Amino acid sequence: MAMTGPRPILSFMQKHPRWSQLLTLGLFFLAWEIAARFFVDKMFLSPPSRVYGEIGRVFGTKGVPDALWLTLFELSIAFAISVVIGLVIGLSVGLGTFARRSFMPIILLLYGIPQITILPLFILYFGIGAPSKIAFGVTHGMFPIILTIVAGVQNLKPVLMTSARSMGASRWHILRYVIFPHMIPSFFAGLRLGMTGVLLGVLLAELYVSTAGIGHFTSMFTQSFDPTRLLGLISVLAVMAIALNEMVRRAETHFSRWKS
Amino acid sequence: MSGFHGSILPATKREKMASRAVQLSFVVALGGLWYFATNHWGVNPLLLPKPQLVFVELADILRSGEFWPDLVLTLSELGAAFAISLSLGLIIGFLVSLSPALVKVFEPLIAAVYAVPIILFLPLYVLFFGLGAPSKIALGATISFFPIVLNTIAGFISVEKVYVTAARSMGASPTMLVRYVLVPGAFPVILTGLRMGFTVALFSIIGSETIASLAGLGHRIVHLAEAMEMARMFAYIVFVIGIAATLNQLVSWLEKKGTSWR
Repeated sequence: MAMTGPRPILSFMQKHPRWSQLLTLGLFFLAWEIAARFFVDKMFLSPPSRVYGEIGRVFGTKGVPDALWLTLFELSIAFAISVVIGLVIGLSVGLGTFARRSFMPIILLLYGIPQITILPLFILYFGIGAPSKIAFGVTHGMFPIILTIVAGVQNLKPVLMTSARSMGASRWHILRYVIFPHMIPSFFAGLRLGMTGVLLGVLLAELYVSTAGIGHFTSMFTQSFDPTRLLGLISVLAVMAIALNEMVRRAETHFSRWKS
Repeated sequence: MSGFHGSILPATKREKMASRAVQLSFVVALGGLWYFATNHWGVNPLLLPKPQLVFVELADILRSGEFWPDLVLTLSELGAAFAISLSLGLIIGFLVSLSPALVKVFEPLIAAVYAVPIILFLPLYVLFFGLGAPSKIALGATISFFPIVLNTIAGFISVEKVYVTAARSMGASPTMLVRYVLVPGAFPVILTGLRMGFTVALFSIIGSETIASLAGLGHRIVHLAEAMEMARMFAYIVFVIGIAATLNQLVSWLEKKGTSWR
């Protein structure tokens, strides 16, 4: 019975989606391993076993650990600044009808600009060090946070405001007990999108500057045809990005529970 | 802040005028600040060029037509990247949507990979394909593949089962089912994915030209930045933003047109 078609595979997938995903990843790495060992030039691709086995060589390269720590530092600072700016602008624009109507089109217009075109300007203004990367991360991270906060405040049912006011709540009370709790789900959704933006901005700037930091090492490994170390460095950065994304996503599901 | 409590009344004509006035004065203030800072307050022209010089340079770029080679290269990279991600995204998305089991396994997998900043692949692609157009096309195709494939899956599984059952019971063949039920039903969601894919492909191609390349609009801006030709660089930034805005406008218009026939 060799010709049973795809039915057994599909029913296995249906019953064990997790296992099927792991198997798919396993097959992918196996294909990569075989391709790299037997078919592709060693100058361009390294098998995953070798990348993993020689990850110590990446950390052993002088300056790489510092560059990785610096990137993590830039990501955290850029994220913190994006959150503060996003909250301040998002609340001040979102809470006033007039302010929203006047400034939202401007914010949307700025958000629509491909910011990558002004990356060289950031380097000219802030230098090749951490400040330019943080600044570029902030300009990518703050817009999604502003937009989700404005949207979250906008969704507030007017009846909640009216009833709070009719019961004699002050402005501060409304902000503290009506607006803030209501905002929490969209706030955390904004944080998640903001983190995606910050990662993009900081990594773009890091890769752009080829004389220092991560960009220096990626171009060095590329020019010396060292795919083992290049893949190792990229994997470490990818793990860093996944961990940060996951932290924000966990926070989002944790703090948005009460709504559902 | 009179509207603090979130008025639900529609905006009156006067309020709309006031909003327009605020927007206009914001733009005028920004322009004025730029003009006075560079012309009268002695801001270093190597940091910020005079707006009138930028205008002269922009006019020169447009008149001389020197932007054509870069523009054509960037747009053909965009076209190639989008063609690849469109065909792969639609085909793989459709195949995955054929069975609930496949959706259950592959949709989370694809979404998880999409959470990694794909810009990290750029150094790899430069190693594989060199500094020329192929590495830009590969990056643009990779980045735009994800919104397209995810929206294609979402689109096809959003088609209500009742329609599929009804069509089948009326004797529709699999081809007819796809042509008259599945594709029209999934179309709006897929179209949204295509628009998103197009936009990210455009941005990532300009981005990869900025980071590592030999030619193209992004490369031109970097080149002028390194030569410290600030006025011309600003003019090119304005030009590229204009191109991007035009393309995005065009794609949104196509999306609206594509969904309005329903």
